[in-house]
Amino acid sequence: MKVIFDLLFTLNRYNHRMTTNNLRVQVWRGTSNGEFIEYLVPRNANQTVLDVVTYIQRKLDPSLSYRFACRVGMCGSCAMTVNGLARWTCRTHVSQIVDGDALQIAPLNNLPVIKDLATDMREFFNKWKGAVGFFKGDRSRHDNFAMVPPASKERELANAGIECIGCGVCYASCEVVEARPDYLGPAALNRAWTLINDVRDIQQAERMNAVAGDAGCHACHTQGSCTERCPKKLEPTAGIAGLKKLVARAAVRGSKWGKL
Amino acid sequence: MTVIKADMRVLQAKLWYAQRISAMILGLCVAIHLLIIFYAIRGGVTAQEILGRTRGNIGFAVFYEIFVLACFVHAPIGMANILEENFPKNRFLKLVPWALALLIIFIGSVAVVSLFSGGQV
Repeated sequence: MKVIFDLLFTLNRYNHRMTTNNLRVQVWRGTSNGEFIEYLVPRNANQTVLDVVTYIQRKLDPSLSYRFACRVGMCGSCAMTVNGLARWTCRTHVSQIVDGDALQIAPLNNLPVIKDLATDMREFFNKWKGAVGFFKGDRSRHDNFAMVPPASKERELANAGIECIGCGVCYASCEVVEARPDYLGPAALNRAWTLINDVRDIQQAERMNAVAGDAGCHACHTQGSCTERCPKKLEPTAGIAGLKKLVARAAVRGSKWGKL
Repeated sequence: MTVIKADMRVLQAKLWYAQRISAMILGLCVAIHLLIIFYAIRGGVTAQEILGRTRGNIGFAVFYEIFVLACFVHAPIGMANILEENFPKNRFLKLVPWALALLIIFIGSVAVVSLFSGGQV
């Protein structure tokens, strides 16, 4: 019994301490021309960065623009630059990242800012299309299901990258995207690699051609920021390395889908 | 988003391949080169001794020419990438890797011939 009382007391004290502190939150306001404005936000236990942004918009300044939908790490719409690094804000607890009481929230890098924390993600998704990052099969509803053994190498490689939620954290963290704006980026290439390993897909030659060269996989510096920051713990760097080898071999020696 | 032409993309993929293969050869060559140096340098070494060993030795000549050829392929591709990523597009910059390539093959091959002939070109 005493143990439970002690625990409750500790928790209560912890909560009390948390709520008496304020966070000093600098939020980017404006477009690419803008400035950081500071807001004071009460600190709560288990508070996420998205909670902080929502608090500001609901209680302090309703003109703040930002984007979110599911709040549980599925939709990929709430990514922002938090204390200098791209993160999914709905699953990032303030307590995990704040040192002291300062939080700085900015829109994602490498994308045009529409307003405040909302970026224009058209180019990001156009690059998925540019990397032939969409499925096309050759079966109709009258055919049987395709059989893909779960333990097959292709299926395992496809599984490794399939959980991408399209949040743009990798794209915003990539130094090559920053240096070469036409580079397809880690998310599009991860999608391409996943589909290259989809044995049902019928546009592999086109896809290999789309991701070849210096605007595609061969520009990657293997620096690994995408892999380090991916909130879903995917490894675009590994997928891109796979693409580099496969596509370069296809250009020089050919592949099972023909020569480039 | 600018789209690079298909044949350009294929060329870039081939260049990437050439650079990786030449890197493998270079890695091997550097290791052999260092081992030879460690072996040869015991107790000091002079230019005369080196030339004495390499003069007329076809094995050394072939090895070092392979070394030079790997550099000739590897370095200019890397330099072209660095220039491409760090400087604005410029016709002159496209010539720099070619100049480097010619310099490497020329200076390198002259050195190999000198080793083989013992400095009497």
